[in-house]
Amino acid sequence: MTAPLRQPRPRVRDLTELVGNTPLLRLRHIERDCPGVELWAKCEFTNPAGSVKDRAALRIIQEARAAGLLRPGMRLIDSTSGNTGIAYAMVGAALGVPITLVMPENVSVPRKQVATAYGVEIIYSSPMEGSDGAILLAKRVVDEHPERYWYADQYSNPNNWLAHYHGTGPEIWAQTSGRVTHFVTGIGTSGTVMGTSRRLHELGPHVRCVGMQPDDAMHGLEGMKHLPSSIVPHIYDESVLDETMWMSTEEGWDMAERLAHEEGLMVGHSSGGNVAAALRVGKTLAAEHKPGVVVTILCDRGDRYFLPLKWEKHYLW
Amino acid sequence: MATIRIPTPLRKYTQGQEEVQVAGDTVAAVLAALEQSAPGIRERIFDDAGKVRRFVNVFVGEEDIRFLDNLQTPVAERDEISIVPAIAGG
Repeated sequence: MTAPLRQPRPRVRDLTELVGNTPLLRLRHIERDCPGVELWAKCEFTNPAGSVKDRAALRIIQEARAAGLLRPGMRLIDSTSGNTGIAYAMVGAALGVPITLVMPENVSVPRKQVATAYGVEIIYSSPMEGSDGAILLAKRVVDEHPERYWYADQYSNPNNWLAHYHGTGPEIWAQTSGRVTHFVTGIGTSGTVMGTSRRLHELGPHVRCVGMQPDDAMHGLEGMKHLPSSIVPHIYDESVLDETMWMSTEEGWDMAERLAHEEGLMVGHSSGGNVAAALRVGKTLAAEHKPGVVVTILCDRGDRYFLPLKWEKHYLW
Repeated sequence: MATIRIPTPLRKYTQGQEEVQVAGDTVAAVLAALEQSAPGIRERIFDDAGKVRRFVNVFVGEEDIRFLDNLQTPVAERDEISIVPAIAGG
């Protein structure tokens, strides 16, 4: 007996066509902890540069070129903790846009290596100042060489959240056939939660949108921001959210481990935090004997975090 | 005196200071002395069992203490100790 042929995926002419339209995966093992509630996750690691940030980077670059802001001969510059930088590097290489990234020196080695492999210029900021230090250094570099750089500013650029308003949001709606009841995800630049929540609220005013933040300034949910102690992204608007949830690093890390062991999903710690937050929502619903369709985001794969620091000699989990 | 480099999220405990000078001949002693001058900082670095939290990285010079003698790693007069957190945001 031969297995039926699966419909092959269509051919693509341009790498950037592979950005977005990611699969929605049911977390069948984790959701046993919240009977009667479905947990679903957007597999953003299937984007061509491996993270949810491909969406924002592509839209930011396309719109800047169309508007004449990013002209031939200019370099795109932005500060990043890693994934946005890798996404800019991929889109920049594919579309012929030179890229300069400002990253804290303590970003993980694989991120530096991946970004470098695409041929970008990297400027390092102090490992003690975190992503806010990188933001301030990027602004300084742009002020000194305004003719050389176009500052993408992912924290203020509306095309960051619009990528999710036009992509992630309607995709979730279609993939759940409008059954989604809750959308839960962590805040980094806040682009994902702002854009997706705005669109889901338009499509289904009953959908509850929850923003997750680390519960302390000193945390280990890489890529997520503790807003009370950070430069608040200009695109962040709390009124878009129905709820804010505070997540401990331990709970997020434990869930990342569970996802690998139980679902076969080796994802990063931010994804662990997202699923832990989604499960909290699911458990609350289950305790009230309410059904629900809870959707969250798997931001990237966990292998991007091996060798987390330049000083590290071998892999520790 | 050794110098401890304080990351941004912990500077609220050091009145905004980026570096703090403390005495001590091991990492454990130096971090205990840090708590004296920056009350409250200890529980941000250590868990309830007294171990350095999994996501906090402590370096003596350029070496992660996990690959040295952990909290018993010796500290010399002019050593620089760095407390390095994870990276936030985009």
